[in-house]
Amino acid sequence: MKKKIIDIDQVRYIAHLARLDLSPQEEEKFTHQLERILSYVEKLQELDTKDIPPTSHVLAVNNVFREDELSFSLSSQEALSNAPSRKDSYFKVPKIVG
Amino acid sequence: MKEYKIYIGLEVHVELSTQSKLFCGCKTKFGAAPNTQTCPVCLGLPGVLPVINRKAVEYTIITALALNSRINKNCRFARKNYYYPDLPKNYQISQYEEPLASGGWVEIKANGKTKKIGIERIHLEEDAGKLIHGEIKEDKDFSFVDYNRAGIPLMEIVSRPEINSPEEAYEYLVNLRQIVRYLGVSDCNMEEGSLRCDANISLGEENRMGTKTELKNMNSFKEIREGLRAEIKRQYELLSRGEKVIQETRVWDPKKKKTFSMRGKEEAHDYRYFPEPDLPPLFIDKSWVERLKAIIPELPQERFNRFIHQYGLPEYDAGVLTESKDIADYFEECVKFFPKPKMVSNWVMGDFMRLVKKEDMTKIKISPASTADLLSEVEKGTLSTTMAKEVMEEMFKTGKGASQIIEERGLKQISDEESLDKVADEVVKENPKAVKDWQKGKSQAIKFLVGQLMRKTKGKANPQLANKLIEKKLKNLSG
Ligand SMILES: [Zn+2]
Repeated sequence: MKKKIIDIDQVRYIAHLARLDLSPQEEEKFTHQLERILSYVEKLQELDTKDIPPTSHVLAVNNVFREDELSFSLSSQEALSNAPSRKDSYFKVPKIVG
Repeated sequence: MKEYKIYIGLEVHVELSTQSKLFCGCKTKFGAAPNTQTCPVCLGLPGVLPVINRKAVEYTIITALALNSRINKNCRFARKNYYYPDLPKNYQISQYEEPLASGGWVEIKANGKTKKIGIERIHLEEDAGKLIHGEIKEDKDFSFVDYNRAGIPLMEIVSRPEINSPEEAYEYLVNLRQIVRYLGVSDCNMEEGSLRCDANISLGEENRMGTKTELKNMNSFKEIREGLRAEIKRQYELLSRGEKVIQETRVWDPKKKKTFSMRGKEEAHDYRYFPEPDLPPLFIDKSWVERLKAIIPELPQERFNRFIHQYGLPEYDAGVLTESKDIADYFEECVKFFPKPKMVSNWVMGDFMRLVKKEDMTKIKISPASTADLLSEVEKGTLSTTMAKEVMEEMFKTGKGASQIIEERGLKQISDEESLDKVADEVVKENPKAVKDWQKGKSQAIKFLVGQLMRKTKGKANPQLANKLIEKKLKNLSG
């Protein structure tokens, strides 16, 4: 069998970086799914890209600027309207190690 | 006892004083009510697109040029991914492999010699929000977030680890801040967080650095110097005991005057940078750079040298006057109206700066022309230095001109010999005892008599003239 591209430890590590809580079943499931996705994408490796610079943008534009001018801002009520938790005019989040 | 070489590198973050944020049109004003300066872009709501503020890019280029850095023609933004509630998008738009500028230096004085501290890179990124940790009892398990700061343009200047003592670090920061303020791209106010600084420190040998620690949470240049000293001492003691320094992030505790390990925050130093797909790359051509070069003002070091040569000022004066651009500008304006540089310098460095310290320079109501008027009155002898001080304070408060105040308050010094002569006669007549004392050889007595004359004229008599007249009277009486 072909060498695995991703293993369960990597999945756990990435989940931790993204602050996701995965059950052991989910860890298994995502490892399989990611393995399949990555093997599919790996097909691209067959191409020789030795002399081709990496593409980060598909459009050949640069220097898209705005001038230093003020436009609208939300009120704090609007800004907070989607917040799952709030206090006064603040977003409320679980305590972060200070 | 083993000697170690100290290696310090500083990461300085400077909030640029643009009106609007880096990628949206929200205000950047400090001190606004929480979450009143946000919009879908800086809150990271789905479907929005950031657009780069041209001025923020130009401010960074200007700073880079002033610090002798190389502007990278092709540069781009990158996403730095980490999860922390001060980041609404869970990534920060920053720069990684292709920063705006690389290289350069800041000159400092070290042991009486000029030393160049190398700069590694200068890049532009967005600031994060502000976290407030549960100070209220029932909320102690929570933190509170204000996103007003999120998205304010932040310029990061990273030095090479070429700083070899806490004193050099202090000097580097003072000089860097002075340059940035001269350029007018940031007010560099540490209390308001528009300048922040982290440090990397290690103890090593001549050509080999040791294991470094990163030091955070220093809130003034003095604290940075203190924090560095404490961390160096800690590392030195570890190494002397044969123990190892662990690579970690530490925080400075200004109350305990010690550094403490920031446990647990180490693990996630995996930012998985990748080019920001929402922002097209930058192309900074020569003509743009040349245009910006042309608007860079004279920098502190050049100005310092010019003040010495052009105005013949001592180094001390040139240093004090060029410390801030506003003061240096003010001095030069005054000299235009009153071309006696040393006299202007004494005045500006003394009473003027004492008053400026209390007030913001922008609120100063005394025009340079008005200061020049005041000085010419002093020179003519119509105003004593003490009276001039009073007049200036009034000018400060009211914005009235010098001559107007002198007129209104009847402050003119009496230099008219005829009228003073009469007063001198009275004084001598009314104080026979002092006259006798003087005749017996008590030279101090003359001071008393001059003092009496000053009292009679409410301090308005020209002191030199008063002295001369009293002396004349005494000699006449005895002769
Ligand atoms: Zn915004």
